[in-house]
Amino acid sequence: MMLKIRSLDAGYSNLKVLKRISMHVKAGEIVTIIGANGSGKSTLLHAVSGIIKGKSGEIIFKDKQINNYTAEKIVYLGCSLIPEGRQLFPAMTVKENLVLGGYILKSKNKKINLEEEIKKIYTLFPRLEERKNQLSGTLSGGEQQMLAIGRALMSRPDFIMMDEPSIGLAPLVVKEIFKTVVSLRKDGKTILLVEQNAKAALKIADRGYVMETGNIILEGTSEELLNNHDVQRAYLGKDYKNIAER
Amino acid sequence: MIYSKNYECLSKDDLEQLQIERLQATLNRVYEKVSFYKNAFDKNKVNVEKIKALKDIKELPFTTKDDLRKSYPYDMFAVPLRDIIRIHSSSGTSGKPIAVGYTRNDLKNWTHLVARVLTACGISSQDFVQIAFNYSIITAGFGFHYAAEEIGASVIPSSVEDAQKQIMIMKDYKTTALLSTPSYALHIAHILKELNIHPEELSLKIGLFGAEPWSENLRNQIENQLHINAYDNYGISELIGPGVSYECEERNGLHINEDHFIVEVIDTKSLKPLPLGETGELVFTTITKEGLPLIRFRTGDISSLIEEKCKCGRTLIKMKRVSGRTDDMIIIEGANIFPSQIEEILLQIEGIEPHYQIILEREEGKDIMIIKIEVSDSIPFFDELKKLEDFKNSIRDHIYNKLGISVKVLLVEPRTIARSSGNKIKRIIDNRNI
Repeated sequence: MMLKIRSLDAGYSNLKVLKRISMHVKAGEIVTIIGANGSGKSTLLHAVSGIIKGKSGEIIFKDKQINNYTAEKIVYLGCSLIPEGRQLFPAMTVKENLVLGGYILKSKNKKINLEEEIKKIYTLFPRLEERKNQLSGTLSGGEQQMLAIGRALMSRPDFIMMDEPSIGLAPLVVKEIFKTVVSLRKDGKTILLVEQNAKAALKIADRGYVMETGNIILEGTSEELLNNHDVQRAYLGKDYKNIAER
Repeated sequence: MIYSKNYECLSKDDLEQLQIERLQATLNRVYEKVSFYKNAFDKNKVNVEKIKALKDIKELPFTTKDDLRKSYPYDMFAVPLRDIIRIHSSSGTSGKPIAVGYTRNDLKNWTHLVARVLTACGISSQDFVQIAFNYSIITAGFGFHYAAEEIGASVIPSSVEDAQKQIMIMKDYKTTALLSTPSYALHIAHILKELNIHPEELSLKIGLFGAEPWSENLRNQIENQLHINAYDNYGISELIGPGVSYECEERNGLHINEDHFIVEVIDTKSLKPLPLGETGELVFTTITKEGLPLIRFRTGDISSLIEEKCKCGRTLIKMKRVSGRTDDMIIIEGANIFPSQIEEILLQIEGIEPHYQIILEREEGKDIMIIKIEVSDSIPFFDELKKLEDFKNSIRDHIYNKLGISVKVLLVEPRTIARSSGNKIKRIIDNRNI
């Protein structure tokens, strides 16, 4: 089991956002969390990555209880977050952003050659090599997302959490990013994907959870969720008429 | 064989994780979507957000058959009716029926769960499966049908054809597995004898029986007469139908599909959960149902749980075969009697069929139990009054010795006790007006 969350309550100061969330991700899976804006999806990723602390409940990552671990220690264990809106360093070059992503790896093992690691990222995203000396703030949305993924991969994580990777991207670019997600799984990565684009996410995920106002209200295989009329109505843009006509 | 190793052999920890996730999601849904549950939780001051571990389930209120009857037909559905793609009903042996709605996912899960049942008793794509359950509003026929198709068996939906026709099909189509009620299997065995067909002339190997409680003795009798291995399985229409629990090749308890149903055994008086292994009423909470999710549904079935590592490899907990129902319990002369206890005794007596009916009368304030029993055709002294009288008395004494109650015995001719359309005999007729 890669990640296991048991009845996690979390939020910001007095605001309780997550209400006893339980979920899990097995090694090698792509799991998606879908839900509307403000349902608590990002908060959940922040809690797992140690940016906020849970009030009660358990977060178990690779058999370790990480509730009180610092964010860097969690990255150190092999869990990387690709935050919503990419959060690159816009005034730094593409390459510099990647080097920063390798910081943990370097501190783990002094012998690591970061240049080699960066080359691997360039193989995955040749576009980044073409623009290695360009300031990241000048990249297109799709390229920025590639860089955000590349930067996360620099710490050689086993487990990658992605927060809305499709946001603000053109449909064709979204397709490309999701293809990358699938290829990451083929490379042995485990992925937790938070998305508002439920249709695209469920297409590539093995399983999913549906969140509403800080609660998980449904869980199941992607097929089951795609079959569920509540999911169709709320997240797949099908209205009653579409469903009735099927 | 195991149909779904991923789920039937989960580690305890992984199963618990799955159960808590599914339970919490179910509670969130029913609280929001089923007014019965919103009211029940509010009235009992249950905050669903406080249900953080499996043990917290005991804080939740029960759901009874009566609650379901009061909300008949659709009030407890958790989805709009347009999402319901099939409606079944409980068999209606007691009281008003209950409507059970299934969404597409519910039907998919149901098929999957019953496929586990069939696979566990050795039925595979190689088998010819004769389904002699009524294909009707009750669940058994369709439940088994789709699952048998799912595993690729050749399905013969013989439904409620008469026994002679069933036997003809069985012989000609080379049926290898028979699915029916146990009493119907016995009836078929009986007709086989009448037709002078030896069971070895058939290809039958496996019998999968259910829909009514039956004893080990009855199992032996069916196995000996039909030359098959007979398996028990357990289902509840209100929960899903067949597919709740099932015997594996060990035939020592029924594995409960715990990844879909959380089981508890409660004390029928205090309604408190009983420690593992103690006998009480089975209570189930559905954790994947979309159409009609039920929280702590009181089944009225009496059993106990067995936690032991099963040799078959499944890790799902087992329940003992159901020994009776809480609402079948007869209180007479201060004793609590289950019809199954009487059946157990009757089966040990030669010359009678386990087709019987218990009639309760009250005469001048005294309760009298009359047991109406069908005798075998083969009984040699049917015309000899004296011997018949002795026979009756010996049954009476047997029951007195075993259960400590005096009963009146009434012997009747074969197949004269009225049966319902599902071929069930109404076991108890209570004329006492208590």
